[in-house]
Amino acid sequence: MSELRKAKMNRIDQAFIDKKKDLLNVYFTAGYPNLNDTLEIAKGIEKGGADLIEIGIPFSDPVADGPTIQESSTKALASGMTLKLLFEQLKDLRKDVTLPVLLMGYINPVMQYGFEAFCQKCQEVGVDGLILPDLPMYEYEEMYKAVLEKYGLYNVFLITPQTSEERIRKIDELSKGFIYMVSSASTTGAKSGISEEQIEYFERVKAMNLKNKLLIGFGISNHETFSKACSYADGAIIGSAFIKLVTVDASSSNIQQYIQSVKNP
Amino acid sequence: MSDVQSKYLVDQRGYFGKFGGAYIPEMLYPNVEELKSQYLEIMNSHAFRTDFVKLLKDYVGRPTPLYHASRLSEVVGAKVYLKREDLCHTGAHKVNNTIGQILMAQALGKKRIIAETGAGQHGVATATVCALMGLECTVYMGEIDMARQKPNVERMKILGAEVRPATSGSKTLKDATNEAMRHWINNPKDTHYIIGSVVGPHPYPDMVARFQSVISEEIKWQLEEKEGKEDPDYVFACVGGGSNAAGAFYHYVDKENVKLVAIEASGLGNDSGKSAATTALGKEGVLHGSRSLLMQTEDGQVVEPYSISAGLDYPGIGPFHAHLFDSGRAMFVGATDEEAMNAGVELSKLEGIIPAVESAHALAALHKVDFKPTDIVVVNLSGRGDKDLETYIKWGKY
Repeated sequence: MSELRKAKMNRIDQAFIDKKKDLLNVYFTAGYPNLNDTLEIAKGIEKGGADLIEIGIPFSDPVADGPTIQESSTKALASGMTLKLLFEQLKDLRKDVTLPVLLMGYINPVMQYGFEAFCQKCQEVGVDGLILPDLPMYEYEEMYKAVLEKYGLYNVFLITPQTSEERIRKIDELSKGFIYMVSSASTTGAKSGISEEQIEYFERVKAMNLKNKLLIGFGISNHETFSKACSYADGAIIGSAFIKLVTVDASSSNIQQYIQSVKNP
Repeated sequence: MSDVQSKYLVDQRGYFGKFGGAYIPEMLYPNVEELKSQYLEIMNSHAFRTDFVKLLKDYVGRPTPLYHASRLSEVVGAKVYLKREDLCHTGAHKVNNTIGQILMAQALGKKRIIAETGAGQHGVATATVCALMGLECTVYMGEIDMARQKPNVERMKILGAEVRPATSGSKTLKDATNEAMRHWINNPKDTHYIIGSVVGPHPYPDMVARFQSVISEEIKWQLEEKEGKEDPDYVFACVGGGSNAAGAFYHYVDKENVKLVAIEASGLGNDSGKSAATTALGKEGVLHGSRSLLMQTEDGQVVEPYSISAGLDYPGIGPFHAHLFDSGRAMFVGATDEEAMNAGVELSKLEGIIPAVESAHALAALHKVDFKPTDIVVVNLSGRGDKDLETYIKWGKY
């Protein structure tokens, strides 16, 4: 592949080429624990050796999230976090951060910002993909897909143990980058560990040989759960456990130490 | 219930005009899809219709009277009828929907029921039907609302429901709704979520409107009996989420000769920062699974509305109403706390009926329209004032 084409490739795809397995995606809420921690935490995640970064846009009514992420959102909003400010904070993202960055958020703040303006800004600061859990597939195809593509952004969809095979196929067709495989019927941070029932689901999806990479999220908190998830997918996502960590100590050294302990204890 | 086809009602994709849809995370998709794929067939089945009609008659006490309020009419300068939903079992129209949804839950084979509640009226109506059917009931209620509405918390407990405080966010109705949705995500298989208004992801706004449409179905034949015609000149109803208005408007949406008037709570005034008038203050947005009008900050964060009436302080309105507003089919009017309380006291003194503070907002708007003396006006009296005695007492001006 030529250098030119490589430079244009979405960083998410690049990450899966550079590393074939056991990719770690770390989620954190923008503006938490302190308003201006966003970029420093992203840098810490990269230094720690994670492979993707997912930044949460705080929302007043995050229905898919459990108490840990809800509280981080509430606190970030109380500190004055806004989407406008997030783009300010990420202005120099690509000076220091080389990992793929995804923004995760509920659709309402994005709609108020203006969907196209939002996508344009994402491209400007160097965001690679979006996770918008309450954006339905139908509306995505009808109204939003073309805009995302215009700005080179990947949209990541979620699947759960209850998602039908037919729907998983459809999601696989529409997805770019990877599919976010929610490990159990739950909100974020609700369950810990991985049960037999979940393993049956992981194996079922793995056997479908989807074209997209799979990252498992929800219930991943340490090396044990991370490596177990990685044996059924291309990697895993840590969210609530990381929020708990930075609630106590958001220093770069603490973040790095934690990420290393998840990857190689 | 009926099969009205209309440009004002839901379309094939679950939209009312540009509002509605199902903006839900994938975790809720199977639950909502299960309901969506079956609700019409179940509602239209003979068994369901038979049970629904029977319970509405024998248990709820339907049909509710359409009462000509002659002393109020004199003051207003038009012929005013009150649709007496306040005489329903549990004291408000809410039970029409919970009866429908508990039968729906049974038809779907669900064993557990969850619900959200603000002031507690929908929670009580849900706890009531769960007791009736012997189903386990969990009601989410904002921690702040639990303190404000203690008697209703106890009513639900007496009826055998568990009341769980919603402690996230602003700890009120919208957060109780968030908690109920989270509960549903975590318990997808055996649980049915009884939403209390014409809000939420498709098919809820349509389903709840159909259950409540019994209100306008009755108004039509009752008015025919009394006036020799089905159509009034006006229908008035208050709107929080909008379920009683949806029911009162439903069979009139295509009759453009019937003016529909939706009354929102303006609290201390729309410029005061203490209001719940969504069409006046809101913008298009997505909350609780549907695209509608929503009170929010510039950054898209949902704001906490205010009204003296706990049943009207919801930051959005259902997509049906957003479409009625957007298309100009319904007129939206605000009534302040003061106007509503005065109208509540006025009805009490003129007609011997103490209305719920929510319904008093609809009555307040009677003073804002220039009627012809021959105009026939139906006001949906959605609930009774027993639950609001404390509010009346605090108000004091009677």
